[in-house]
Amino acid sequence: MSETITIKPVTRVEGHGKITITIDNNGNVEDAKFHVTQFRGFEKLCEGRPFYEMPSLVERICGICPISHSIASAKACDAILGVRIPHVAVKLRRLLNCGEFIQSHALSFFHLSAPDLLMGFDSDPARRNIFGLIESHPSIAMDGVKLRKIGQEIILSFAGKRIHPAWVVPGGVNQPLSEQSRQKIVDMIPEAYEIVERTLSWFKSSIEKHREEIRTFSNFPTMFMGLVDEHGNLEHLEGKLRFIDSKGAILNDNIEPFRYHDFIGESVESWSYLKSPYYLPLGYPDGIYRAGPAARLNVCNGCGTPKADQEWAEFISLERGPVMSSFYNHYARLIEILYSIELLENLLNDSDILDKHVRAFAQPNHFEGVGVVEAPRGTLIHHYKVDREGLITWANMIVATGNNNLAMNRGVLQVARRFINGTQITESARNRIEGVIRAFDPCLSCSTHAINGKSGLSIELVTMDGNTLDEV
Amino acid sequence: MRPPAFLQSALERDVRPVKVVTFKIDDKDVTAREDETILTVARQNGIFIPTLCHLEGLSERGACRLCLVEIKNVPRLAPACVTLPRQDMEVITTSERVQDYRKKILELILTERNHVCSVCVSNGHCDLQQLTVDLGLTHVHYDYLYPHHTIDATHERFSIDHNRCVLCLRCVRVCDEIEGAHTWDIMSRGILSKVITDLNQPWGTSETCTGCGKCVHVCPTAALTEKGKSVAEMTKRRQFLPYLQMMRKEERQ
Repeated sequence: MSETITIKPVTRVEGHGKITITIDNNGNVEDAKFHVTQFRGFEKLCEGRPFYEMPSLVERICGICPISHSIASAKACDAILGVRIPHVAVKLRRLLNCGEFIQSHALSFFHLSAPDLLMGFDSDPARRNIFGLIESHPSIAMDGVKLRKIGQEIILSFAGKRIHPAWVVPGGVNQPLSEQSRQKIVDMIPEAYEIVERTLSWFKSSIEKHREEIRTFSNFPTMFMGLVDEHGNLEHLEGKLRFIDSKGAILNDNIEPFRYHDFIGESVESWSYLKSPYYLPLGYPDGIYRAGPAARLNVCNGCGTPKADQEWAEFISLERGPVMSSFYNHYARLIEILYSIELLENLLNDSDILDKHVRAFAQPNHFEGVGVVEAPRGTLIHHYKVDREGLITWANMIVATGNNNLAMNRGVLQVARRFINGTQITESARNRIEGVIRAFDPCLSCSTHAINGKSGLSIELVTMDGNTLDEV
Repeated sequence: MRPPAFLQSALERDVRPVKVVTFKIDDKDVTAREDETILTVARQNGIFIPTLCHLEGLSERGACRLCLVEIKNVPRLAPACVTLPRQDMEVITTSERVQDYRKKILELILTERNHVCSVCVSNGHCDLQQLTVDLGLTHVHYDYLYPHHTIDATHERFSIDHNRCVLCLRCVRVCDEIEGAHTWDIMSRGILSKVITDLNQPWGTSETCTGCGKCVHVCPTAALTEKGKSVAEMTKRRQFLPYLQMMRKEERQ
């Protein structure tokens, strides 16, 4: 008994994936798997290249968060050089990263998820996209487009190019900031504040409508991981790793980036090209943890900027311990946009931000380097080894989406158990399954290293003995 | 005893005076000394002929064949950089046949090694990349060979990435003719050809290399680069070549 149903339009995820849901003899959901089906092999193809090419080489992993890859890579290269980069360069990298968080989170929230949130998970799929949103909620759609543009313009002003700039280099950045660019960004800040504050207010008032999704979107206890600064505040670029348990207690704190391998193990499953990192002390698969916007807000003691801190306090009081439902990632994204705008405003007004000394030069002094940053989707780790001449001999990357692989799988199972009944994938079930994936905003092109131009997510319902019952 | 250089050339001119020829390039009447190449005359007259291995100040090699031109009543195409004009010759630089051949040559160069502009340190400052733009090359019709080539980064300041080498031999010529070290040379034949330092040993161990960097700056692509340059940062400075030659000529005189 096999039936194939094709559904268009394509779903709103970045990249290409597949879900199989296994049904037992009584028609109950037995298991669910989220497959990442494409292979790209960046870790292998970097071998033999000079380390100073790496920030730009790894940027090509993705067009949405190339900045995160370039900064993580540059930090690993800084470690290979063994230099302390000029402090203005640290600030400039941080500013660039703010631009990326604004554009990437705006893309996820407005372009990909807002159609679900505003039009409802059960509305007509042909219209439930950014174009439908433009018709039904033109001002909100416009906010999304404008906010994303602001993020991209910020990246352009710093790095000279919106996507794949070559501005971040080992040792710092390759051009100082000009007064003209600084002023251009400063002028964009008021509008960015208006948009994000307006959005936060309608989102918070609509949370009640999504109670069922909140209850089922990966709403289970796991550990959380994220970077925090020396005061334990939210941190995207510098700082050290912190793990908390499902009750909110700190398991490990102040983990230096180069020690990541003592805490994170990497497991591989035969059915997915996405590796499954896990918390090493608990083993696989018990060491399930989550990273990303909500995880970052869960692990930190606050944001360190006044407006975002207020929102953070409200966010963290949603539940007694850490906020468990991954649905709240949408909420966390808005708070992080607010934080990024505040950070941007602060740093741009620093007196030394136009300083011309923005790069340190050195020969490779160490044969190994690790760079860790928080990418919009979670903690991103680049780890390189080089030979005496500085050619890469080995590279390992744990991409942001990978951290959430185990949690995404469990989340799909949770939603499938709640919404799948019998042998058919109903429209309502499909929307929620996609919805839970979307809440993580996985970047399948990064994580999967997917190359296929055809974007989308397919879902397959199979019996225990492998027969396909339904496919969408 | 040899007479001084200026006297020698004057004497030679008296014995064997250089003839002047008139001929046509793309229907334009041009005049040239008989020992000037078609390429030189074309450039003097503002006529564009693409080149890759040619570099003002180095001897001509005729290696890349991108400067192919058509000569009326001659069946074979001729490389403009090493062909001398004759009286009443008619040269055509823009015929469809010529343009087609040039594009094919460029496509073959691109498929022979691993040229990846987007992650290349010379992105935006590369003669090969500029040629594809100048010739309007949008697609490559041959299969890429993806040969396995390595990088020699043993030199303290420079590195050679054979993936990006187009075998123009500018490095070999500048090292031999201008620096006088002759560190660079070429080994093997045809598609297996490869530039080498000294007796095919790591560049860092070369005894003849003076570390002057001339080869790096005449290299048209990112085959020869300064270490530590990130993507799109490697710009080549070639002004030294005409200056060096001018100064040396003055000294001799």
